[in-house]
Amino acid sequence: MLTETNTNTVTLSLSDSNRTAAALFAAVFGLALMVGVGFAQSTVVHNAAHDARHAAAFPCH
Amino acid sequence: MIVRILIAAILAGLVAGVFYTAAQAVKVSPLILKAETFENAGAAAATPENHPHSAEELKNPDHGHEATAPVADEGESWAPNDGIERTFYSMISNSILGVSNALLLVAAILFSKTSISVRTGIAWGAAGFVVFVLAPSIGLPPELPGTKAASVFDRQVWWTATVALTAAGLALMAFKTKWYWMALGVVLMVVPHVYGAPQPEVHGSLAPAYLVAEFVVAATVTAGLFWLATGAALGWFLPRALAPSAKDAS
Repeated sequence: MLTETNTNTVTLSLSDSNRTAAALFAAVFGLALMVGVGFAQSTVVHNAAHDARHAAAFPCH
Repeated sequence: MIVRILIAAILAGLVAGVFYTAAQAVKVSPLILKAETFENAGAAAATPENHPHSAEELKNPDHGHEATAPVADEGESWAPNDGIERTFYSMISNSILGVSNALLLVAAILFSKTSISVRTGIAWGAAGFVVFVLAPSIGLPPELPGTKAASVFDRQVWWTATVALTAAGLALMAFKTKWYWMALGVVLMVVPHVYGAPQPEVHGSLAPAYLVAEFVVAATVTAGLFWLATGAALGWFLPRALAPSAKDAS
């Protein structure tokens, strides 16, 4: 399942289908969170994330 | 396996988010607060007596404030109070952003079939910074509150397209060895800037230019540190989160 080259370096040697599934899951979940923090136009979400959006250079107002 | 990857990304994102919030306290947050004093002063100057008036009300000064002011107050949505509450919500937002960034890096690491360590994690973080901060900032630099800009939706579309094309271009340049793939990578990265970011009809900012300049540099540098921290933390957590299952398997 895993190839350890040394203690702190790990290569993920999953089967291709498992790898794709894990990568897609991480990508979709990550994008959903990013849209929530950076893009959602709900006023309350906007106000809570306001400074974070300005700091990270998301289009805000 | 997916759960372990998820835990590693969440831990890395939280560490990076807390670090980012602390780093923002140095320059970025004070500059946003300073810009808001100009923004509020501008709003106050535009509306006499600090209350929003319609043109009709201004024509009929007898139409009292008392009737209109509470309505305006009710119309205002919740926002965190300045100080510790505002910083707290920024830290929550930054941490969620950190987790999201870590998850996207994990996805890229899995797709690329490369090994992961703190060293390679930092390189992935640098790539994330180029894709998600540097490339969109060329057309849409970080903005202080009170800056004139094109419609939010148009800018979000351009931002998303730029991030996607830069990510694809960078991947081609990093993982393909044939010259034509690398050339295509360069083309993909350049296209959004040739097309151009949506711009306002008239540029302007309520905050003075020296504050804007200071903010662009501070926000970009701090976001860079955030991405490097995310990559490094992921490079530390991911091998450790996955290591126990290697022992289970053997």
